[in-house]
Amino acid sequence: MCGIIGVIDRTRARMDGSSIKKALSLMNERGSGEGAGYVAYGIYPDYPDCYAIHVFFDNLVEPKSKVDEVLQKWGRIVHQEEIPTYEQPCLKREHIPWRYFYKPYTEFIVGSNNPAEDIIKHLVMTVNSTIPGSLIFSSGINLGVFKASGWPEDVANFYRIEDYKGYIWLAHNRYPTNTSGWWGGAHPFNLLDWAVVHNGEITSYGTNRSYVESNGYKCTMSTDTEVVAYLFDLLGRRHGLPSEMIVEALAPSFWDEIDILPEKEQKLKRTLRLTYGPALMNGPFAIVVATSNGIVGFTDRIKLRPLVVGENDSRLYISSEEAAIRVMDPDVKTIYMPRAGEPVVGRFSQ
Amino acid sequence: MTIDANGMHYTPLNKMIRQAVASGVREIVINNVLGQRFIANGLRSNVRITINGVPGGDLGMFMSGPECIVRGDSEHAPGNTMDNGTIVIHGSAGDAVAHSMRGGRVFVRGDIGYRGGIHMKEYDQKRPVLAVGGTTHAFLGEYMAGGIIIVLGMGHEVAVKDRGIGSGIHGGEIILRGDIQDRLLGVGARKVTFTDGDLKRLSPLITEFCERIEVDPAPFLDTNYTRIIPASSRPFAGKYTWE
Repeated sequence: MCGIIGVIDRTRARMDGSSIKKALSLMNERGSGEGAGYVAYGIYPDYPDCYAIHVFFDNLVEPKSKVDEVLQKWGRIVHQEEIPTYEQPCLKREHIPWRYFYKPYTEFIVGSNNPAEDIIKHLVMTVNSTIPGSLIFSSGINLGVFKASGWPEDVANFYRIEDYKGYIWLAHNRYPTNTSGWWGGAHPFNLLDWAVVHNGEITSYGTNRSYVESNGYKCTMSTDTEVVAYLFDLLGRRHGLPSEMIVEALAPSFWDEIDILPEKEQKLKRTLRLTYGPALMNGPFAIVVATSNGIVGFTDRIKLRPLVVGENDSRLYISSEEAAIRVMDPDVKTIYMPRAGEPVVGRFSQ
Repeated sequence: MTIDANGMHYTPLNKMIRQAVASGVREIVINNVLGQRFIANGLRSNVRITINGVPGGDLGMFMSGPECIVRGDSEHAPGNTMDNGTIVIHGSAGDAVAHSMRGGRVFVRGDIGYRGGIHMKEYDQKRPVLAVGGTTHAFLGEYMAGGIIIVLGMGHEVAVKDRGIGSGIHGGEIILRGDIQDRLLGVGARKVTFTDGDLKRLSPLITEFCERIEVDPAPFLDTNYTRIIPASSRPFAGKYTWE
């Protein structure tokens, strides 16, 4: 059991983190105090063309000098600083959160449609699998993940997330079940533009992991959600599928449902299932994924985890509980429950 | 007695309810409810609790006797393993409504989520009822072992359009307004005609439900229903063992 909530303002009006903190704290029952986190898009407008790389360092000596070295080899560090944090009585400081604003040298590689992103992905995989004492947990442009082991309110106060303003926010309250709670295991999981919060478990993790690893990703965070971020990066960024198609590939319609569709739709859905068999996710899950273009929420095909949607003009909310939406937006106009496996998409209007 | 639950955690709220009931209070109004779980859990009394707002999960779990009236929506599993009493929800409700319910009534005016009435059961005089004014999602009455589920489908073309109705049902009955496509029936569920005898038997219940959710019962008192019952009392007899 975990609690998730996401919000997008479709006019790109920015919201500070105070209301999502309240919403996530309302779902404290869904967590165990061993992990909570937030991601916000639009928070670094001063660095519009830099990758914001957030790192957990165990210390600022060996791990940091090695990360500095590999970053400087591959690009230019425009600015770097410790992420401001504020001591909380109930939160043990296990790592030092640090951020780099970074521009990769795109002329260093060939054969890539998007060299900057491929370099960043390479750096994330390299640092996380080869430099002990360092973990890159956020690597997109104009977005940032803030997470730790603790209760939602404590983690929010530790980073003072009300000081950040974004047009998309996702938040997650963790109740670890299969792997232990640690800072890197808290959600959201992020790679480049993709951030994922997830309630449930991916029982097909083994198959999905082999599939993403055969495509150059490395799973290093001892938890299943990581693979969802890589699947979205692979299908969305590298294969160019829109959100609706990615969801259809990850949580496809049952064969007997496909059988009764019009021929053209049948053909599309069959092709997706056959092409992306190893990307199909089994097990109970409710997931919200964000990119700089919008958010998408979906559940497993037989709805083993809750998901509720709320709308109020430009705002779209997706959450584990209706009350969490109402605490964020007491004037929310419509509330509904999406059908299992059906994507709920929120995109910017301009 | 009136309680303002604004910003209150569920533990002090439920303590207040228990203390009030213990001291003889029989009418409680709780205002500004938002996400507080376990309201009226295990409560044995004939108290009437009016909940203004959106109560959290497991409203009335193990409850025996009280009447809870929700002026708003409800989260997951109201009536979980409820023993007796009534829950009336004037809005919609989440997944697993009336989960494992063993007695009493859960009335929902709006829609409910997935797995409504999962594993409801009955014994002797105890026959739980889940009645829904709107529609339901998939796996309605999953592993149902007893009791009655009624879905009127108000505001919807068909009462239920999701799959797995009565999946694994081995007791009780599911009554759905109008006809239902055969492919939506779950494993072990069988569709039978809703007879005049059924109407006679269930009319008082349909009338009571409509009155409680403030809807005119007259348009619903005919035989335009589908009745779904177990195909056998042991639908999975051969699934894991071979006899």
